[in-house]
Amino acid sequence: METFDPAELPELLKLYYRRLFPYAQYYRWLNYDDIYIRYQSFNNQSELEKEMQKMNPYKIDIGAVYSHRPNQHNTVKLGAFQAQEKELVFDIDMTDYDDVRRCCSSADICSKCWTLMTMAIRIIDRALKEDFGFKHRLWVYSGRRGVHCWVCDESVRKLSSAVRSGIVEYLSLVKGGQDVKKKVHLSEKIHPFVSKSINIIKKYFQEYALVDQDILENKESWDKILALVPENILSQGHFYTLQQNFPKYHNSLQRWEYLMKAISLQDSTKNDKCGPCLEWEIMLQYCFPRLDINVSKGINHLLKSPFSVHPKTGRISVPIDLQKVEQFDPFTVPTISSLCRELDAISINDEGKEGNEAESDTKRRTRVSYKKSSVSPIINSPWIQPRMDQSGKLINLPANRSQIFIY
Amino acid sequence: MQFSRANWKRLRLTGDQRNVCYPHSLQFYLEPPSESISLIEFESLAIDRVKLLKAVENLGVSYVKGAEPYQSKLESEIRRLKFSFRVSKSGKEIEDLRRWFIQQEMDLLRFRFSILPKDKIQNFLKDSHLHFEAISDDEKKLREPEILASSPSLSGSKTDWESESVYKIPFADALDLFRGRKVYLESGFAYVPLKDIVAIVLNEFRAKLSKALAVSRKIRPLYFHSYTGQDYSTQKNAGKISLDQIDSLSTRSFPPCMRQLHKALRENHHLRHGGRMQYGLFLKGIGLTLEQALQFWKQEFIRGKMDPDKFDKGYSYNIRHSFGKEGKRTDYTPFSCMKIILTNPPSQGDYHGCPFRHSDQELLKQKLQSYKISPGGIHQILDLVKGTHYQVACQKYFEMIHNVDDCGFSLSHPNQFFFESQRILSGNKDIRKESIQPETPQPKPGVQKAKDASSALACLNSSLEMDMEGLEDYFSE
Repeated sequence: METFDPAELPELLKLYYRRLFPYAQYYRWLNYDDIYIRYQSFNNQSELEKEMQKMNPYKIDIGAVYSHRPNQHNTVKLGAFQAQEKELVFDIDMTDYDDVRRCCSSADICSKCWTLMTMAIRIIDRALKEDFGFKHRLWVYSGRRGVHCWVCDESVRKLSSAVRSGIVEYLSLVKGGQDVKKKVHLSEKIHPFVSKSINIIKKYFQEYALVDQDILENKESWDKILALVPENILSQGHFYTLQQNFPKYHNSLQRWEYLMKAISLQDSTKNDKCGPCLEWEIMLQYCFPRLDINVSKGINHLLKSPFSVHPKTGRISVPIDLQKVEQFDPFTVPTISSLCRELDAISINDEGKEGNEAESDTKRRTRVSYKKSSVSPIINSPWIQPRMDQSGKLINLPANRSQIFIY
Repeated sequence: MQFSRANWKRLRLTGDQRNVCYPHSLQFYLEPPSESISLIEFESLAIDRVKLLKAVENLGVSYVKGAEPYQSKLESEIRRLKFSFRVSKSGKEIEDLRRWFIQQEMDLLRFRFSILPKDKIQNFLKDSHLHFEAISDDEKKLREPEILASSPSLSGSKTDWESESVYKIPFADALDLFRGRKVYLESGFAYVPLKDIVAIVLNEFRAKLSKALAVSRKIRPLYFHSYTGQDYSTQKNAGKISLDQIDSLSTRSFPPCMRQLHKALRENHHLRHGGRMQYGLFLKGIGLTLEQALQFWKQEFIRGKMDPDKFDKGYSYNIRHSFGKEGKRTDYTPFSCMKIILTNPPSQGDYHGCPFRHSDQELLKQKLQSYKISPGGIHQILDLVKGTHYQVACQKYFEMIHNVDDCGFSLSHPNQFFFESQRILSGNKDIRKESIQPETPQPKPGVQKAKDASSALACLNSSLEMDMEGLEDYFSE
């Protein structure tokens, strides 16, 4: 893996914005159609390009777009965006799962816990599509430890803060902070959202929880699970039996099966809930997505733009292919330094075809082409093209725009 | 909101006509009427509306809402009052009134919605700009398990399911349902059973009504006297009353609400919480000190065979609390007439509230007779009560027991009653109007009635003027 040195960022960014940044797709994504003017600041794509190349923003947030000159910290506000209209966004952050992942904590991630993001994307995306009917959903790797989702349907952009909060509430099942042991409580009637989410989790649970996370590996870990089992089920001596018997089994998988049997035996006698409820409550607590409501409900809330560079890791915020969610590996996402190195390598090979400086950036770019770099397979893959084109008329630039504001 | 005179007459006619047939036309009042109306006409319409709302409230207190006989009684009340449904907005003065108003309007709407025939429901929803459509039986069947699993209001019984209509509405219109996952969502639509639609409609209505009231808050209500005077919380008179005076004071200077509370306390050696609050704070307002209050209540409760220790443990804390000596240390103010009339109505075993508001006619008549009010006076009082002029009725009572033609003030607080009474009885010379006429002969009932009606109206109008004067100051926040 290439190392990334934040000190190189200014130079790297320059190159990134000149050669690599996918302006065409980005611009199309931001401009939905004739009627909705995403950026009133630019008359056309090339103005956006020029401005970004001038600024070399090391951070782009959408909502308002900031670009920082690293040494001057000027804030450049690109866009007279209308606060009333904003995409519905979600931010899923791995640190919110620290209580249930054993491999890493805080900003660290690894392949063992990344499955949490996979499950989150599957569960949330299904609901956004099937329950809410949202069509234009873009999932993006945040660059460090999580994923973002952008929902861009026209009707969605106009939703009030109250409705956005309501959507997050609908999608929330894990409740409570550090002082709450049991965070999921299911009622007698299981809403289809819950049962469909459980079905998704079931596909991953064994491998993720019982193998990778090994949640019943030892006393310390299985006590946490047993803490989620209500008193009345444990009080008949089963708790102590479980504790005694767990060591007899060899691995989490066996212990889990044993635990399930114990629960179902109890359940048949005291049935005030659905049968498999407790099993599901445990699975949900360990696997169900955790959303930050503040990110979604605020119409003014800023979220890092796709294709921006993460300042700490150097990784590009790349879109995630929904058809290949399981294959997505955050550790293979290019960093800006690796990209630029790649580009240099390509340039050297292509020497002679460089042309003169008088050529427009666009032309140069197409020739040298990010198409050959690591970013290109991501940007050019079929799923993202249709998505971005679907959003509206192609490259049809709205006529009336206002000027750029620079503060 | 304005009505022109001509149009108002026309509206009246329309109202009457409509009431000949079934009173189920339901309004969401999305657009207010936009004609001019005189203040008197507005007052009259507002009073009518309040009469209706009070009928709603009364029935809601006496019967179980939604069941018989509540439903049929309410229906006949609406017919009887020949209500014109156009007026929806009225002024609000204080939070109490506003909340009360909204609550009664909600109850009324719930009732009227419940008697809407099924075919009219769809029209009502359309007219109210609520995009609801009922789904076909096939569509319902297709989603049966999902809808049943999502909606807590559906019991799951076969018969219920078959008869229940399900409406398909954009999910954003069902916020309170979908946020708690209490409804089935599919492709951006919520599938809402009829029972839950009512909740949505009510919420919409409440939101709109709230907004409308907020806009119109500059219009003061004309059917209750506003309270612009002092609140009798400062203890200027503290210590001027002795405990052994209370019995005689209760008959001479207490308003009927406090008179009956005192009597009940003496007879039962006990009062429930509502009564203790209302009466206790009143006593504080007339000048009882904390020590006196503690002694007063304890004495009486002990007569009721209460253990002195129990009193100290249970009740004395509350008394000290109401004097601001415990807990938050808020010095609670004695209740105004408005507060007593509008909030916390008494139930069986309670003696608080306003007798003119909360006692039925027969009981009130007996009470007034026991207080030795003349039949003519009683008749006038009952008439005023029928017209919902409770405070004016109380003023009439004041006039009768003090033997004056005109009480000389606009009553809005029990402690005001006491204060004015003491003023008269102590022969105070600098009172505003000449109300001391100890040898006034008993006027003929007919004349008296007309005179009193006009003086009642004069009182109303003068209080209105007073209100209007204070309007700007009151609202400059």
